[in-house]
Amino acid sequence: MTDFTDEQVERYSRHIILPEVGGVGQRKLLDARVLLIGAGGLGSPAAYYLAAAGVGHLGIVDFDRVELSNLQRQILHSTERIGMLKTESARMTIQNLNPDVQVTTFNERLTSQNIRALFENYDYIVDGSDNFPTRFLINDACVFMNKVNIHGSIFRFEGQATVFQPKAGPCYRCLYPEPPPAGLVPNCQEGGVLGVLAGIIGNIQAVETLKLILGIGKPLTGSLLIYDALETEFRKLKLKRDVECAVCGEHPTITELVDYEEICGIS
Amino acid sequence: MPIKVRIPTPLMKLTNNQSELSAEGETIADMLNSLESQYAGIKERICEENGTPRRFINIYLNEEDIRFLDGEKTAIKDGDEVSIIPAIAGGLNG
Repeated sequence: MTDFTDEQVERYSRHIILPEVGGVGQRKLLDARVLLIGAGGLGSPAAYYLAAAGVGHLGIVDFDRVELSNLQRQILHSTERIGMLKTESARMTIQNLNPDVQVTTFNERLTSQNIRALFENYDYIVDGSDNFPTRFLINDACVFMNKVNIHGSIFRFEGQATVFQPKAGPCYRCLYPEPPPAGLVPNCQEGGVLGVLAGIIGNIQAVETLKLILGIGKPLTGSLLIYDALETEFRKLKLKRDVECAVCGEHPTITELVDYEEICGIS
Repeated sequence: MPIKVRIPTPLMKLTNNQSELSAEGETIADMLNSLESQYAGIKERICEENGTPRRFINIYLNEEDIRFLDGEKTAIKDGDEVSIIPAIAGGLNG
């Protein structure tokens, strides 16, 4: 049974009256377990709306503290929380918004050593990380553990989003077999970003996560959504599984988690 | 009518900040040479020395990844749109 309190019926009334959600869907959201990698530019809007939607269990992995330069886009945090752990700041914001949400914080850096234990209790992984080693680690762990990876990334005025669903579609390595070498692709804090772009892409990740939990619509699985803020243009490109993919292909050669070296800097 | 090529943000400093270029040719390889003749240096950013696209850059003809067509030998025709899409890592956490 759906079994809501009066307060929940009121809080989620605009969901419950949607035929595609209803009481049954709202219950699915309240029972769902979503892990956010990063409480930064992408993780902030994603976590905020997932919490508002009543996703009942949110895990947040981040080892940073709030800095002034984060606040241009990281809307979970605030000026008075500069210096606070991002996980703790995220928990405060989310619980103020919606006490239904059980927030579990992991104040640590993702590595091949801890990732399995962190992913174990969650069904959906929202990748809001900011570097290639972490993205490849998340991808491989999701393939090995059969977790859905809701992917977003941003650079200056351009964003990308997709859903990697093991077996149902390609994985990150089907697109990009290996992390780029240093110096050829912008990485880390380079280049800047229009703050609100993180909001657009992070919220697309939130929408995809909600659709997947509810089992409605068509997820971005097998499509790469490209958003160009300057041209006000969305494009969808087709993604295919690579049968020769080293991790999810027919004859995988990567069968254990890999820690790549962090590469920063570009000429 | 030439082919429209969409240039990703990380490569726009090589194209005078233009996000869209016109190119000529009958294949993706021709198109890459056409880009190189307009903006010297761009091809080596997109391709390995042997002319295949780098592993962290994908080229799409209209909506399709050329790796699942004929690679750089994929035929192109007037009115096609080519997108060059590199991996981007940023979630801008830091």
